[in-house]
Amino acid sequence: MNTERAAVTLCGVRKAFGSVTAVAGVDLEVYDGEFFAMLGPSGSGKTTVLRLIAGFERPTEGTVHLGGRDVTGLAPFERDANTVFQDYALFPHMNVLANVEYGLKVKKVPKAERRRRAREALATVRLDGYERRRPGQLSGGQRQRVALARALVNRPKVLLLDEPLGALDLKLREEMQVELKSIQRQVGITFLFVTHDQQEALTMSDRIAVFNAGRIEQVGTPAEVYERPASAFVAGFVGTSNLIAGAVAEKLLGRDGVYSVRPEKIRVLAGADLSADVSGEEHSATGTVADVVYAGAATRFVVDLDVGGRLVALQQNLWTSSMDVLELRHERVRLAWRREHEFPIDVAGGD
Amino acid sequence: MSAVNEVSTPGGPVRRLAGLLHRRPGLRLSALLAAPLLWLVVAYLGALGALLLSAFWTTNVFTGDIVKQFSTQNFHDLITGEVYRRIALRSIGVAALVTVIDAVIAFPMALCMAKLTSPRAQRWLVIAILTPLWASYLVKAYAWRVMLSGEGLVHWALEPLGMSGAGYGLTAVIITLAYLWLPFMILPIYAGLERLPNSLLDASADLGASTFRTFRAVIWPIAFPAVVAGSIFTFSLSLGDFISVKIVGGKSQLIGNVVYDNIGAANNLPFAAAVATVPVAVMVIYLVAVRRTGALENL
Repeated sequence: MNTERAAVTLCGVRKAFGSVTAVAGVDLEVYDGEFFAMLGPSGSGKTTVLRLIAGFERPTEGTVHLGGRDVTGLAPFERDANTVFQDYALFPHMNVLANVEYGLKVKKVPKAERRRRAREALATVRLDGYERRRPGQLSGGQRQRVALARALVNRPKVLLLDEPLGALDLKLREEMQVELKSIQRQVGITFLFVTHDQQEALTMSDRIAVFNAGRIEQVGTPAEVYERPASAFVAGFVGTSNLIAGAVAEKLLGRDGVYSVRPEKIRVLAGADLSADVSGEEHSATGTVADVVYAGAATRFVVDLDVGGRLVALQQNLWTSSMDVLELRHERVRLAWRREHEFPIDVAGGD
Repeated sequence: MSAVNEVSTPGGPVRRLAGLLHRRPGLRLSALLAAPLLWLVVAYLGALGALLLSAFWTTNVFTGDIVKQFSTQNFHDLITGEVYRRIALRSIGVAALVTVIDAVIAFPMALCMAKLTSPRAQRWLVIAILTPLWASYLVKAYAWRVMLSGEGLVHWALEPLGMSGAGYGLTAVIITLAYLWLPFMILPIYAGLERLPNSLLDASADLGASTFRTFRAVIWPIAFPAVVAGSIFTFSLSLGDFISVKIVGGKSQLIGNVVYDNIGAANNLPFAAAVATVPVAVMVIYLVAVRRTGALENL
């Protein structure tokens, strides 16, 4: 990856709106052909970074490069990037075809080619036959596809997507996640998308940048970010995380510091297994089940440890049913996890 | 079920009435609409009907009394009289010109208010635009009379440039009317542009359109119905106006003051009524014509 050309490079980018600092110094490199996610809670500066790349905002400090070219001072219409907006921003007075053709028409592409490319783009998003419809006559998912086609038809160097699936319902969102990914592979354009949904970021992206309070906390592949969170914030924001710290860490793990263990790495031993020995490769702790959350495919156990602190364990409902797991409430259990799944967290680097 | 409810409903006649109205939507609607409907039918449509009816009466040439006999004489005079045709066309021309001038001035102002200023400044600008509407029409018209007079502000400002003011006349009428009705054009356009999401402007720029192109391809087509909505006000208000032309119009004649003169000096109420149907007819034609633009949803 590192040897490839950078599609987007941000150097020391800062953006302040009056007295409010939205982006507090961001360095970022997105490679050519990558599906890159900017993940963070609302107000973490991820959308502002996207708008800085698109050119809707000018950075207070720092530079923005697109495909090796400094575009910091350029207007949006001078940049080789297109955006899919959160509210889709389709032109209500134009039909679907006119919407998709808009960018090409502005760039004076001859009519025949314009038509051909627009129809091609609509076919890519599986919307052939909808050319004459108005945006008002389309469903949310269809509008989303039109917005995508309208951006893709210009064959930009980078496609920017601002919470592209945020307005869709869960089922449609999952479908579009798969589809976006396959479209990206098909067209080979760099996709840079903003989301607050960690599941979406993990499933879709090649790499993720986790934003917090106007800064990037960690950049890495989904597995790196999930399995080896660089800070307490990342551990907490990407997936649910258990933090073992201070006296509890010393008692359980025999060393000081802050450690993270993912809930699905923890086994729950109950009943006859309670006193069973755990292997030497594992750490374990006893406690009382405070709560059981049955979620169909899996069950979440919230356990108060005898040594203090609270851990969450996630178990697949392989052999159990809702009746079985709910009976474990207020029961004594033993939690066990493999040592290699404990990750030290750099507290100084977090917030 | 309802018997149980009745028994358990506590309290006085007001509560019982409220309950009754809640259960009978038809009754509720008629209670709400009775007064306004009465006003609309009797006072508004009634007056319009009376106007139309009296337009078909005549006056006795000698006594000046109204002859309540059906006659199309007034309309015959109106259509065959060269002078009336000229006045009608002149009035429509003035109304159209006032509308165009207002649209040209109002659009950039509304665009600036809706898209470029902070929400705080927007509030103040709306107040600033509404404030002149609180001042009396007559005061404003006379203010223009003073400004446009031979020794007035306009003359004083233009003199060093080797020009002179237009003085009283049609130009002065157009300037005054354009000033008077400007808020009625700004506000609908402002409301229309406020509803235009900023992301559409971003999207247009993002797709490669220059600012001018964005204006032409996105802002203008979406705001056009709002402009037409504003024009309904400026056009109809100008068409019916008879005071400004009296105050700053010099010897000019428009439909409004023909009506006025027939009521007053000529004491020919039926003919005044017949003349008054002209702007009504013009407005009906105008409304039918603009209905297709969607302007009526922007009022």
